Amino acid sequence: MKVLVTVKEVAEADDDFAIEGTDIAESDLEYDLNEWDDYAVEAAVQLAEAGIADEVVTVTVGPERAEETIRMALAKGADRAVRVWDDALAGGFADVASKVDLFEAVVEEEEPDLILGGVQAADTGFGATGVALAERIGFEHAAVVNHLDVDADAGVAHVHRELEGGVEELTDVDLPAVLTVQTGLNEPRYASLRGIRQAQRKEIAPKDLSDLGLSAEEVESALTITEMYEPESESDAEIIEGDAGESAGRLAEVLRDKGVGA
Amino acid sequence: MMSVLVAAEHRRGALRDVTYEAITAGRELADARGADLHVAVIGGDVDGFAEELDREGVDAIHAVDDGEEFDHNAYQAAVSTLADRLDAGAVVLPNSVNGLDYAPALAEDLGAPVVTDAVGIDYDDGLTVTREMYGSKVETTVDVAGDRFVITVRGGEWAPAEGVGDATVETAEVDIPESGARVTGFEEVGGGDVDIADADVLVSVGRGIEEEENLELVEELADALGATLSASRPIVDNGWLPKNRQVGQSGKVVTPDVYIAVGISGAVQHVAGMKGSDTIVAINTDPNAPIFDIADYGIVGDLFDVVPELIDEFA
Repeated sequence: MKVLVTVKEVAEADDDFAIEGTDIAESDLEYDLNEWDDYAVEAAVQLAEAGIADEVVTVTVGPERAEETIRMALAKGADRAVRVWDDALAGGFADVASKVDLFEAVVEEEEPDLILGGVQAADTGFGATGVALAERIGFEHAAVVNHLDVDADAGVAHVHRELEGGVEELTDVDLPAVLTVQTGLNEPRYASLRGIRQAQRKEIAPKDLSDLGLSAEEVESALTITEMYEPESESDAEIIEGDAGESAGRLAEVLRDKGVGA
Repeated sequence: MMSVLVAAEHRRGALRDVTYEAITAGRELADARGADLHVAVIGGDVDGFAEELDREGVDAIHAVDDGEEFDHNAYQAAVSTLADRLDAGAVVLPNSVNGLDYAPALAEDLGAPVVTDAVGIDYDDGLTVTREMYGSKVETTVDVAGDRFVITVRGGEWAPAEGVGDATVETAEVDIPESGARVTGFEEVGGGDVDIADADVLVSVGRGIEEEENLELVEELADALGATLSASRPIVDNGWLPKNRQVGQSGKVVTPDVYIAVGISGAVQHVAGMKGSDTIVAINTDPNAPIFDIADYGIVGDLFDVVPELIDEFA
């Protein structure tokens, strides 16, 4: 079977950052593979190693810069990659429906049996694309999966969904399906040197809107960020100043007052 | 008449607190739009739940008797059908694990935009939602085009709806298509020998510890203080400590006398599990880390410098 993994290159803000307009200044952002997607890539590669998946394809929506991140997924064992980008997508804030438009077009071309992706992206934190995609393309789905066992012959994925408060829900999901995975699902591997070398030769197919049969109007976002600001701190924490020895000494006094270590 | 629809959430026979918070958010939105507030409750003891859901500000409750527990297929079908029947301009759901398991599909089904994890909602000619981005480092306001929306609201941001209302209660008949996803059971995680929820003093360790070998340092601190060791999610994800040591939304909720967060930045999911602690102490290098917003005492510094000194103080 074929597994499609949605991966995102996410931006992380430095400890000190400036806000320019409605985003963080480009110079204060660093880019990396979304942590949740790393677990999805690992799950897909493990399915390939177990002989369950014949091919693992990653799909990313992102500019050329994102290829560095895509190469990381390829170095970990994905077979090839599709990168979707168009100038019409630059500068805007894509809503869930427009991302689903793009992924739907890729799914039509690739015809996967299983789609894996992270529960959420670390930067925007929407947590919605996978489940919306499943609805659009008529796949079954499960969100916040932290245990996965695929029975390809029976056409079922046995999953655990991590609920709040230390409870897991056990669910059987018929394939084809979209599963959004939680961190802790597995242990994502580091890319080996050999893997990194091999990744250089793997295909990253660029696609723009016209390649996917879409127009700019179709992927117009219903959401517009109108303001960005640092949240006001409601903190009344007493910050203990001084070097490590002094601050530890002062904290020890506070803790003893509270009866700690008595 | 245009209305606002809130869907209740319950698990193992009890309504979850986030339901009442979503009702408050839904009522605010209904007030701003001059609309009625409807609440849907699906599955389980719907009659008992309907009684409990009759809080101030709720105009009508719709009970859909289908199954015992959450099933995203049934929830989506029921809420989608009711949203059309009631001409709901907005559907408000908890931003919970189960909310995220059907809200995006529901939005797709209704052809409405979805905005998740809202911490604020304003309506004035159009919808504006306040959300966080970049790991809670910034807040954003987001304008949403259109006149019908699906919104999920973050737990703990709205006061739970209280009082007793005079809502009408109706049984709603909904066609629920067969589902290809079947819940087969539940499982408690962790187990193990220690219940961190019983501890008076917790030393909790997070990503800042960097390497598994360094855990020893924090264990030593816990020993010196007579405290129990707990952890934030990444430590458990890495397999460095068992799941029953995890504090947070998906782990344990703890309320010790003293909670010492070592190298924990304070993601919202973690804070949900420990904000009820009497005294919170944070040691972290990043002065902007959200943990300092809820701490009573903070040291902005490197845990590898501070913790050994603190161990010496109690040795």
